[in-house]
Amino acid sequence: MVGTFCSIPTILKVSSPLTSDQILLTHDLSKQFKKRWAVTNLNLEVHRGDIFGFLGPNGAGKSTTIRMLLSLIRPTKGDVTLFGHPLSSQRFDALRRVGGIVEKPDFYLYLSARRNLEILGALQGGVSRKRILEVLNLVGLESRVSDKVKTYSHGMKQRLGIAQALLSDPELVVLDEPTSGLDPQGMKEVRQLILHLARDQGKTIFLSSHLLSEIEMVANRMAIINRGELVVQGDVSKLLEGGEHYVVIKGDPTAKVRSVLRSERKIVREYKEHDGQFDVSMPFEDIPALNRLLVQRGVAVRALVPRRSLEDFFLSLTESQTIE
Amino acid sequence: MFRLVYHECIKTFLKKRTYLGFVILLVVIPLIEIAVKIEGARFSSGFLRSLQQDFFFVGNLFNGWIVSHWIMNSLWVHIPILISFVAGDQLAGEATAGTYRLILIRPVSRTRIFFSKYLTTAVYTIVFVVFLGILSVGLALILMGSGQLLVWDSGFLILPSSDVAWRFFAAYIFAAWSMLTVSSIAFFFSSFVENAIGPIIATMGVLIVLLLVSVMPLEFFESIRPYIFTTYINIWQKVFADPVQWPEILEGVTWLGGYSAAMVGGAWLIFVRKDILS
Repeated sequence: MVGTFCSIPTILKVSSPLTSDQILLTHDLSKQFKKRWAVTNLNLEVHRGDIFGFLGPNGAGKSTTIRMLLSLIRPTKGDVTLFGHPLSSQRFDALRRVGGIVEKPDFYLYLSARRNLEILGALQGGVSRKRILEVLNLVGLESRVSDKVKTYSHGMKQRLGIAQALLSDPELVVLDEPTSGLDPQGMKEVRQLILHLARDQGKTIFLSSHLLSEIEMVANRMAIINRGELVVQGDVSKLLEGGEHYVVIKGDPTAKVRSVLRSERKIVREYKEHDGQFDVSMPFEDIPALNRLLVQRGVAVRALVPRRSLEDFFLSLTESQTIE
Repeated sequence: MFRLVYHECIKTFLKKRTYLGFVILLVVIPLIEIAVKIEGARFSSGFLRSLQQDFFFVGNLFNGWIVSHWIMNSLWVHIPILISFVAGDQLAGEATAGTYRLILIRPVSRTRIFFSKYLTTAVYTIVFVVFLGILSVGLALILMGSGQLLVWDSGFLILPSSDVAWRFFAAYIFAAWSMLTVSSIAFFFSSFVENAIGPIIATMGVLIVLLLVSVMPLEFFESIRPYIFTTYINIWQKVFADPVQWPEILEGVTWLGGYSAAMVGGAWLIFVRKDILS
């Protein structure tokens, strides 16, 4: 392991009242199942227009959180505020502008897509056939509108799941693992659809995914939870700028590279050597200085690659918690 | 609310499982009635043999009324099983299918969803009993004609043919009321399990145990008998007494209604507080 990165200063404590820009807030949201706390004091803040990535390893409490956001689960403590309406006391107003899909898309398999959407639309006061066709067209299912859902592939059900989430033209769309089980082409299509919804239709997206690269590609803000607790929350770009970075260095001779890394302890925190390359843990701003030193000491630098993907970031955070 | 009930009915009546009970009735009742028709005189002589030793009958006692009354008496234990197939599936079926996750995230109260489902269950139960009545009585009358009705009411009673039709009509209304209680029990069990088989088995279990309590001649059971719903489940039979014992019927109707209300109330309390984990 290259190092343990845990100096992330970006944890936001959200307890302020809702502003017009904040459309989803959670206040110390917690859920206890028997003796186990699945989610503890979670404070999330989603702004209008965000594509908000919600990350966490398996069992971190993502699904429990989403179920609380959509009133499937009653919080043990805390509350959710949607568009200024507390979910606990103003459920109707809170959910009126929200659409969502929770985990895998399950429908009435013996009914057609149109009939499924009619039934779901009826729960929101009814939707027109025109709107049903619009959302099915948006997800590319217009040609299968009359087919029973049991004849759909997993990818088609996933798209139908997104269609039902959009049925009432909601401002906030909560998508729980929307690319789960899709092939690469299907994943790309869903990703493009999410970007289309956010950019062209002005929707706010709350996106949970175990595919961190997905979040990195589409989200502008994110939160990471682990063991039911918020680890970090903020702008994706800012979170990825700050803190420690991996730098992959390839150079000859390797003995000289090793010597430089050992001697420059002010810059190099830790390093690991494998397969003729060095994975170095160091501050982002010191990369040019290290490069200069290597060249001055006679190292032929073949590659010096700063690496700071969301995946690295995510793993560093969750693993550092695990180590603790 | 009407819109919700309408769509719940669509969900229920477009599901194949819903028609299982109807198909069974469509097989069983014609089978019985055609067999009785074929047996004809042999059936009636067997049925009336003991009476013919003491009485001399004038007219046609082997007719559609007596056969459909006999069927009604024979099937009232079996009909609850068929009804619980659908009633037990109303809530648990959504959990099994995972569709709670679709419907309970909408801006509509769980109470409205709950009662739309219960009303749909009631519609199904009534439709089922009406179907049973029309098939049973209608086919029997077509095959074997009308006539006087011979029934047992603390002794044999012969009701004139002009006095029978309304009694059957009333009997099926009270039978529907009884079956609504069975539906309510299945609905109650359906509210806290996530597998549709559970409510069916549980309802049958309750029915079997309480029926045993209702019929076993033990002093302890006799003391609790007035408080169990199976004591009143055959309330419709009292319509065939002469004169009709309306106070007894009213008492039974009240007890059955109370049981239904308690079951639905309990199911509602569970449903609105339920965490959806399926």
